[in-house]
Amino acid sequence: MAWTRKILRVNLTAGTCTEEPLNMEWAHKYLGQRGLATKYLVEEIDAKVDALAPGNKLIMATGPLTGTMAATGGRYSVITKSPLTGAIACSNSGGFIGNEIKNAGFDMIIFEGKAPKPVYLYLENEKAELLPADELWGKSVWEADHILHNRHQDPLLRIACVGRSAEQGCLYAGVVNDLHRAAGRSGVGTVMASKNLKAVAVRGTRGVGNVRDIKAFMHATQAAKAALAGNPVTGEGLPKMGTQVLMNVINEVGAMPTRNMREVQFEGANRISAEAMHIPRESDGKPNLTTNGACFGCTIACGRISTIDPKHYSVADKPQYKVASGGLEYEAAWALGSNTGVDDLDALTYANFLCNEDGFDPISFGATVSAAMELFEIGAITTEHTGGLEMRFGSAEALTRSAELVAKGEGFGRDLALGSKRLCEKYGHPDLSMTVKGQEFPAYDPRGIQGMGLTYATSNRGACHLRSYTVSSEILGVPVKTDPLSTDGKPELVKAFQDATAAVDSSGLCVFTTFAWTLEDIAPQVDAACEGGWSPEKMLEAGERIWNLERKFNLDAGLTAKDDTLPKRLLKDAAKTGPAKGKVNELHKMLPHYYEIRGWTPVGVPTAETLNRLAL
Amino acid sequence: MRLQLKLYATLAEYLPPQAMANVAEIEVPAGTSPHQVLDLHRVPRERAHLLLVNGNYIPPERRDEDLLREGDALAAWPPVAGG
Repeated sequence: MAWTRKILRVNLTAGTCTEEPLNMEWAHKYLGQRGLATKYLVEEIDAKVDALAPGNKLIMATGPLTGTMAATGGRYSVITKSPLTGAIACSNSGGFIGNEIKNAGFDMIIFEGKAPKPVYLYLENEKAELLPADELWGKSVWEADHILHNRHQDPLLRIACVGRSAEQGCLYAGVVNDLHRAAGRSGVGTVMASKNLKAVAVRGTRGVGNVRDIKAFMHATQAAKAALAGNPVTGEGLPKMGTQVLMNVINEVGAMPTRNMREVQFEGANRISAEAMHIPRESDGKPNLTTNGACFGCTIACGRISTIDPKHYSVADKPQYKVASGGLEYEAAWALGSNTGVDDLDALTYANFLCNEDGFDPISFGATVSAAMELFEIGAITTEHTGGLEMRFGSAEALTRSAELVAKGEGFGRDLALGSKRLCEKYGHPDLSMTVKGQEFPAYDPRGIQGMGLTYATSNRGACHLRSYTVSSEILGVPVKTDPLSTDGKPELVKAFQDATAAVDSSGLCVFTTFAWTLEDIAPQVDAACEGGWSPEKMLEAGERIWNLERKFNLDAGLTAKDDTLPKRLLKDAAKTGPAKGKVNELHKMLPHYYEIRGWTPVGVPTAETLNRLAL
Repeated sequence: MRLQLKLYATLAEYLPPQAMANVAEIEVPAGTSPHQVLDLHRVPRERAHLLLVNGNYIPPERRDEDLLREGDALAAWPPVAGG
């Protein structure tokens, strides 16, 4: 359905669940999901609140197209203040739970306060109750999911859950839904666990309703589905190869962050790539990739479902990992692989399974392990700190053991759970942390893709590729090819991507559709579903409004223009190989102009005129 | 002259039999263009959406003109994306 016009407010301190009407004035300005939930968060919490204090709130929000027949209309986001960055956190996930929340009759669920004892929310249509989670606390996501399905005797129950890493305070824990989809970044799971909220279990059967013009909606969604099917990327490339196809592309263009971003190309890239995932192995004749998978309503199906080599050391005597589960996506494969120097595909898959099982972000985890490896190699960390573990680049054992320790919050895993920034500060080398605003980088070295440097520096949630994926233009040529080694036009490109992506993230659709769609394809679907005249221009304006609102939250939280920067390594140490050899990221050439076209002051503050123009 | 030919994703089926890990060492006459290398290996030109020489993108309009040099690496993909 489009907007259900209802919110579920869960006060964990008081143990109450109450319905309230959705603020439609805000819905017409912020659309839904990322934008609308950010508006609620900004209005309801003090931006300076301790992210792990009861005063922080956590919002699970759907978009107006979540749960509809629109292709990929199954997304939901978790919005809160991040304990990792101190900035706004908004993590987006697919799977099936977004659709289920919508079908239960709610646009969003706002969690506030802190439960005195562990609880979970059980939501079955309008019936919402907080139930004891003593039996679930201390269990992994996979174990808790199994217990909840048994307890409620409902195989169609959809569950979002935090793992043991979140319970133990890992600062980059996510919220895992449907076993292996995740709102993974920025520690949203850590916030959920800090509220003693272990899981959200939802069953919704109310069906689709509230679509403004059902005939126009059917036409718009069918036309858009045909465009996805006919596009070689969304119709063929992504389902067959998955996001992992980028491993060799990004390595070839010399933008593959390697060994804590010391290098920009990884000699083992092909061994951990999409192509490698298709090769039958010697032990059982089967490839790593078992099949592809789709989230609710998705006609792309980019997801990877994999099995680990049953003879691999990591799964010896561990039958629970010898089954097919969520496999490597490019971001996980890069962070766990090239950035740690490990080219053992099965070790990476095992570590990825553990990230899913106990709910921690593989990007931040892999980047933190790589920082630990560099600290170890320069002698700042020794085996006395690691409990005997030789944290050397290229060591699959160091990677998989680290994942086991972080999963349960044990031993050196407690240091790794701090994230790269705090780990490097603790051991006296803050410059070795490859982070922006305290969040670890994703898989594109900004020395080889200049626009991504500006993307990272200005991302409202810290280093992130999904806030403005200029790789699409700079490397892949979508919608137009631009030179990755030039800064020309990049401020405009980054702003355009940021605004459009904020709108897509607020709709209930997956951003991967934008490899085939533009706002010209998306707006007619939104407009047919929602009143308010949603033209492409209005969507873009809403995106810009959302971007500025997030910025305002961060400024109120105490962040400044000084936080819009990159680690010294990327600004001072030139790339050693590949097309970007000799280049650093030239952020200084892009940032001032970016502020200018955003309508911000030279120190990155939205001007009164900008705020007024956007009705903020 | 010797070149490296790298074909990925669904273009891998056009690799010569001696290829290892998506890479083949090939011998071509001096002055060969990227399009001529594709033609030699029966890679449909329109399927080589992303074409890189030594990691640098070569747009379609330059694939007849930019002649390859000894030791170059030519890599090609069909339309792909990720994130």
